[in-house]
Amino acid sequence: MPVSKSVGARIKRREDPRLIQGLAHYVDDIKLPNLLHVAILRSPYAHARINGINTDAAQNLSGVKSVVTGDDVKDVIGGIPCAATDPEGFPGIKVPHHPVLATGKVRFVGEPIAAVAATDAYIAQDALDLIEVDYEPLDAINSADAAFADGAPVIHEDWDDNMAFTWSIAGGDVDAAFAEADQVVSQRIDHQRLVPNPMETRGVVAQYLPGKDQLNLWSSTQIPHLLRTQISVMLSMAENHVRVIAPEVGGGFGCKLNVYAEEALLGHMAKYLGQPVKWIEGRRENFLHTIHGRDQTGDVELAVKNDGTILGLKYTVSADVGAYYQLLTPAIPTLTGLMLCGSYTFKNVEMNLKAAFTNKMATDAYRGAGRPEATYLIERMIDVVAHDLDLDPLEVRRKNFIGKDAFPYETGTAVAYDSGDYTAALDKALKIADYEALREQQAELREEGRYLGIGFSTYVEICGMGPSAAMPAGGWESSTVRVDPTGKVTVLTGVSPHGQGQETTFAQLIADGLGVDIDDIRIIHGDTDTVQYGIGTFGSRATAVGGTAMVHAMGKVKDKVVDIAAHLLESNPQDIVIEDNKYCVRGAPESGLTLGEIAMVAHVGVELPEGTEPGLAESHFFEPPNFTYPFGTHIAVVEVDADTGEVEIQRYIAVDDCGNIINPLIVEGQVHGGIAQGVGQALYEEAIYDESGQMITGSFMDYALPKAHNFPRFELANTVTPSPVNPMGVKGVGEAGTIGSTPAIANAVIDALKPFGVRHIDLPLRPEKLWKLMQET
Amino acid sequence: MTPFDYHAPKTLRSAMRLVQEFGDDAKVLAGGHSLIPSMKLRLAAPSVVIDLGGVAGLKRVTAGNETITIGALATHYAVESHRLLPSKCSLLPETAAEIGDAQVRNRGTVGGSIAHADPAADWPATMLALDAQIDIAGPDGERAVAASDFFVDLFITDLQPGEVLTGIRIATPPENSGGAYVKMRQSASGFALAGVAAHVTLDDAGNCASVAVGVTGVAPAAYRADAVEDALVGQGIDAVADAAAHATDGVEEFQEDHHASGDYRAHLARVFAQRALSQAIERAA
Ligand SMILES: Cc1cc2nc3c(=O)[nH]c(=O)nc-3n(C[C@H](O)[C@H](O)[C@H](O)COP(=O)(O)OP(=O)(O)OC[C@H]3O[C@@H](n4cnc5c(N)ncnc54)[C@H](O)[C@@H]3O)c2cc1C
Repeated sequence: MPVSKSVGARIKRREDPRLIQGLAHYVDDIKLPNLLHVAILRSPYAHARINGINTDAAQNLSGVKSVVTGDDVKDVIGGIPCAATDPEGFPGIKVPHHPVLATGKVRFVGEPIAAVAATDAYIAQDALDLIEVDYEPLDAINSADAAFADGAPVIHEDWDDNMAFTWSIAGGDVDAAFAEADQVVSQRIDHQRLVPNPMETRGVVAQYLPGKDQLNLWSSTQIPHLLRTQISVMLSMAENHVRVIAPEVGGGFGCKLNVYAEEALLGHMAKYLGQPVKWIEGRRENFLHTIHGRDQTGDVELAVKNDGTILGLKYTVSADVGAYYQLLTPAIPTLTGLMLCGSYTFKNVEMNLKAAFTNKMATDAYRGAGRPEATYLIERMIDVVAHDLDLDPLEVRRKNFIGKDAFPYETGTAVAYDSGDYTAALDKALKIADYEALREQQAELREEGRYLGIGFSTYVEICGMGPSAAMPAGGWESSTVRVDPTGKVTVLTGVSPHGQGQETTFAQLIADGLGVDIDDIRIIHGDTDTVQYGIGTFGSRATAVGGTAMVHAMGKVKDKVVDIAAHLLESNPQDIVIEDNKYCVRGAPESGLTLGEIAMVAHVGVELPEGTEPGLAESHFFEPPNFTYPFGTHIAVVEVDADTGEVEIQRYIAVDDCGNIINPLIVEGQVHGGIAQGVGQALYEEAIYDESGQMITGSFMDYALPKAHNFPRFELANTVTPSPVNPMGVKGVGEAGTIGSTPAIANAVIDALKPFGVRHIDLPLRPEKLWKLMQET
Repeated sequence: MTPFDYHAPKTLRSAMRLVQEFGDDAKVLAGGHSLIPSMKLRLAAPSVVIDLGGVAGLKRVTAGNETITIGALATHYAVESHRLLPSKCSLLPETAAEIGDAQVRNRGTVGGSIAHADPAADWPATMLALDAQIDIAGPDGERAVAASDFFVDLFITDLQPGEVLTGIRIATPPENSGGAYVKMRQSASGFALAGVAAHVTLDDAGNCASVAVGVTGVAPAAYRADAVEDALVGQGIDAVADAAAHATDGVEEFQEDHHASGDYRAHLARVFAQRALSQAIERAA
């Protein structure tokens, strides 16, 4: 992609001034007349029968308008949907009914039981204390192992065990690989449960207009259109009478790629009460009842040659998916399967997954969604191989890398990597790090009893989601590009940005493509009454798929503009070029026309070329032919305090290749946040449920997010290997940082503790854990 | 929500009158960084809140040649940024800088932290190490209590019903003295998993004439590590390691949760005692 005026420039995000000044409108900023406030009664028990609910006292509290329970809504609101339940893909899958309000039984702490609508939020909250629920507590299950144990209590009594589904993938000839191996290197690896924690929690405002039989639903969501479809089904309303608006959304990280109980419940209440209703999720509610990420534990076996060549991989794994499915729950671990081969050439691979129902919140897509598990697993195992064979972990990586001439490259899991040059990214990172000097420094410090560690992650991930055939609910994207009579450009995009900066990057593409000032461009998204159907923002897809749809729509507009310009300038379309934002005949810039002048002609409609329709707006729906596969090398340098086990990140080097770069500033921002989140998993974060199923890390006082002071200044660079999958050559960068960083940090910490004979440690790498290991030797 | 009446007295006298009038129904409000979260969680539900924020004179921090005074309502940041404290008693700004983040330091108060007596709060360790006097106003007038008698148990201090903490007084340390505060943050909250404040004064030979060590985060209440002090008085820096090994002597009950075991907290107390004492001695020399 040629770097022109805007594309490739470090343009500051156009969305930031309103965010920084507090001028943005989030769900909670929406105020409607007669608005009622909703609070939700949630189960304090992980597993209990409900023998009765008495709402009388709550109903009678002054200011309370209505109290609804599961019995009130079970016949009028359908179950919470899951889009990944095909028994062909998931043999033996059990699909429990997932009610918006529990009836008969509760299955995790935080499960909604009743909702109160009142004239203010305080009264609604007070009324919750007046609802009497007769619980009969049952034994709880807090892990997949406990779920599969003999005699475990059964969570969904329609079946006789807690096996939710199984899933397998196999490629090549695994048995032959293991037969041929000099050694089998094994390790049990845990991917702990994480809480996505967007800065803005969820929230819903619902308003019903009886005269139009229209439901307006504002929700902090990543997928307004998919949500509209599902809500219309759940509420038995015509889809074209439901309008979903995703206003400003303060982060999602995948947890708002979903359909939640409250969205349908509020829609129902607005209609039934005849008054608009609002529910804003509290932080504690968010910990308990917004999806979680990860929670897989499995045994990895690698068949290797003594020289470090990897022949094959087997992964036998359990996933703890929680009590019910949310939208994509079963699909997430399948992404782990697809990416198990990482950046390496072995093709003999097998994964067998068993998923368990437990008394916990559902897992689903959290930044990286299944791929961080694959990357952590293979990148960690490369280091374990190096450890066992006494090889340099870099040597093992280089020996097994897919060469740059091998692309497009089909992996053992039958995905086709689009383009790549893994060695180039590694070499660039090593140069920035001054690797040889680091190893020398490490040796010197060890003499002094100080423990420096250097860790690598040479990751590849799967982005640009994705071809519809490989997606549970469509993987294409849409855009409309409109030019107003005065030449202002409006873009309607089916993606739903919530921090990724597409209001800037999309405008950069339009500015260059149509020859218009960036300030004259508006990017509209997130309103189903305004924007044509689209899929939404997740899986690092918005630019690779949504941007491509827009570029194609823009191309159609431009063709028409050029035709009109040629007609007006009495020339041929082939001879029209844009110079200084004017359409002119090549070589005659002085007689050029601005986009506005041409757009006015298009709208007045009298000077158009023969057969040209008036107006200036075009749409395009883009189906991507493949995913994209960004990659890179991350290097972490850490020091572990020998006396306390505390980890200090001294340097962090990341060379990412996300294909062509539209705005380096935004790419860096995505990488910064991504690295921080991945480091969170490596060092700090862990959602812990105790034996009774209570979440003991349910607030920011107990759930540790990484903070700015935990990080050094990141040293970032890029290599650029364009993707052939889309005309812009972009790949996506929303999740790369998270995927790349967790293993880099883990490998660095474990490298630091090598003198203590440490081979593997499960995450998070808390100081006490490290201190104890150092004591043991 | 439990409704409450809000009072904002302008003088200590009227504040004291309100405190006597409403008794147990009332809570005084300082920076609100502990009280308001507990009200939001409905753990505290006072029917009267008496805001000390507007009371004249309670925010002052002074650093004289004889005495350092910190008004109960002085924010952590007021101590952190005080012009004279780095030279008069660097342990105070060093401790302040370790608390929470900038927002917390800008709102939270020294008096509020001490009165609240969170077992993992930072100030108690430093107040113990500096032999601070806590000034208290009550129904029968004023009294002062030594820090070492003030912190009683988990969230329990020597403050009696009807009393208000008005300030902290510390004897300005002499020339040949130094202090240091060393802490490990609980990775979520930022409070101390373990924190040790040490303060020493050296004699002409460079040995410790006096030693004071305060430990927080480890036991239900912050405490003075007497055994460390006894082992180090009259000794020099070479004796620090052995002395620090006594940092948890006499502690019967250790704080323990999913962030850290009691054993680990105890270990940290010993490591940090050594680090804090070594730094304190270096600074004193
Ligand atoms: C996010 C966060 C992080 C934090 N991190 C740390 C940390 O790292 N280290 C640390 O030490 N602390 C930390 N804190 C606590 C902070 O230092 C608070 O300032 C402190 O706990 C209480 O002070 P306050 O002024 O906010 O008191 P308030 O919340 O107003 O009051 C606390 C209690 O003390 C009583 N009280 C207040 N003033 C007086 C008085 N003068 N006389 C009698 N009773 C009084 C109140 O009635 C109340 O019961 C943190 C707090 C937050 C919210």
